[in-house]
Amino acid sequence: MSATSTAVRRKRAATAGFHLGAGALAVLWLLPIALVLVTSLRSFDDIAVHGLGSWPRSFTLDNFRQAWVDGGQQRALINSLVVTIPCVLVTLTLAAMAAFALSRYEVPFRRSLLLLMLGGNLLPPQILLIPVSKLSELMGVYDTLPALIGVQIGFGVGFYVFVLHGFMRAIPVEIQQAAVIDGAGPWQIFWRIILPLTRPALAALSALSFTWIFNDLLWAITVLRSDAKMPITGALIGLQGQFVSMWNVIAAGSVIAAAPTVVVFLRFQRHFVAGLNLGAVK
Amino acid sequence: MAVLTAPERTSPAPPPPRGRRARGARRTPPLVLAFLLVPLLAEAVWVFWPALQGFYLALTNWDGVSAPEFVGLGNFREMAHDEVFRTAAVDTVLWLVLFGGLSALLGLGAALLLQQERRGVAFYRAALFLPVVFSLVATALVWQAIYQPDGVLNQLLESVGLDSLRHAWLADQDTALYAVIVPALWRQVGYVMVLYLAGLKGIDPALYEAAKVDGAGPWQRFRYVTLPQLRSVNAVVLSVIIIDSLRSFDVVWSLTRGGPYHSSELLSTYMYSTAFQSLRLGYGSALAVVIFVLAFGVIASYLVRAFREAD
Repeated sequence: MSATSTAVRRKRAATAGFHLGAGALAVLWLLPIALVLVTSLRSFDDIAVHGLGSWPRSFTLDNFRQAWVDGGQQRALINSLVVTIPCVLVTLTLAAMAAFALSRYEVPFRRSLLLLMLGGNLLPPQILLIPVSKLSELMGVYDTLPALIGVQIGFGVGFYVFVLHGFMRAIPVEIQQAAVIDGAGPWQIFWRIILPLTRPALAALSALSFTWIFNDLLWAITVLRSDAKMPITGALIGLQGQFVSMWNVIAAGSVIAAAPTVVVFLRFQRHFVAGLNLGAVK
Repeated sequence: MAVLTAPERTSPAPPPPRGRRARGARRTPPLVLAFLLVPLLAEAVWVFWPALQGFYLALTNWDGVSAPEFVGLGNFREMAHDEVFRTAAVDTVLWLVLFGGLSALLGLGAALLLQQERRGVAFYRAALFLPVVFSLVATALVWQAIYQPDGVLNQLLESVGLDSLRHAWLADQDTALYAVIVPALWRQVGYVMVLYLAGLKGIDPALYEAAKVDGAGPWQRFRYVTLPQLRSVNAVVLSVIIIDSLRSFDVVWSLTRGGPYHSSELLSTYMYSTAFQSLRLGYGSALAVVIFVLAFGVIASYLVRAFREAD
């Protein structure tokens, strides 16, 4: 009797200890996020008088208007989406095609080609920055969004090919043979059989690549110059210069810049985490 | 890692019989070749060709306007006497050790704590994980507000009576680099945690049972069961850390641009400012080659591993 009650008590203590430790950790991690949310809703005077760390004494949504309109974040967000969405779609389509060819057919040198493509993605981007900026000048696309889309696709594709190749290889060859006997060509096999079976990997990779591309700064400031064309990351840095130490506006800008990826994360959390396990290269 | 498939996925259905002809058609249909060549072409244009040029440019002096002038290894000789390069190299190593080491340790710790399936654990995981989806630029600006002279950190120190520690964290050469590492860590730990969580899930519970029966305490179970079982995840985390450290750019660039007086300069930021602000494209390329050489070991071991897995 008393033995069980000791066990129960010990278990309860362990549970309490767990929630205390994990809770403290979670609070520590969420605190900066809470701070930026609160700051984005305070007025400039409130912060100037009472300081950033003080309890908020004002409430305004005007910071968002300033960041959105005066700070050009509306345009920047549109730029980001104009770059990110086609990039995700095109990169994954191209990668799925290449992975299909390499995993389901006896392409000569397929293994070397696969590793060559993966190797391209593993290169430190720094080695590419100067040539890529010069190349986009040469092609007449410097300081345009297509240049950014192009380099994001070219740089990303190798990694997705590798991951999808692993997935497609695991699909039993009999399925494909049955389809061949039924008279299916490569296109039908790809579109009607392999692609549907690869959906989990595609979902994971799209959630992941959305955040990678959306959050990128380095490529953007390498091939873009004018403020009007910057995606949200570049614009946020611009905002910092434009609204020096107006933390309310800068915080509102950060919230705007983070919102899309947070939405994707909350909506596709499971895929996202699966993708990270697939995608540990980055 | 298929490269890095989660452990539970590393054992797919037994591979189909390995005849020469096992995988579909013998001759590659033209459409399939096109499927392969189009992506390859995209990567060739934007990666392989520029990479070759990058290596060549490292051997030149170039202002981006007139023709590049071939100087052989001159850029690398110059590095030997370049104080800023030395600072950046030392900082990069520091970054690797501190940012890398701490994110691995904290990530493992968080994974160990949060691996138990309890009520509410999903919330804690999500909390630690949420920063992973933020851009480093947004992350950096948040922390800049924290580090301001009248910012939250200083106000906090004051309120607990540690006025003497008040600091212009980002403007002080002694603290700038460390102040930049914290937000980078804040963002990275959740990511490493996810990798370790997947690894821990892959460990056979029978091993722990057996160790318990043999009288192993919690520490011994960790030391002799968990750690050895995590070996492949450790390899993944190590590669991720090294590659991420060498690529780290956004957070430093948005917080300090490498300053004050290059005190938080990393090779990646120095490369960027040399190339695109000082317009010394040849020297910048040479710095990029140094980054490549440092990353090469990781890349090579990745490819070796991938080579083994690819067939």
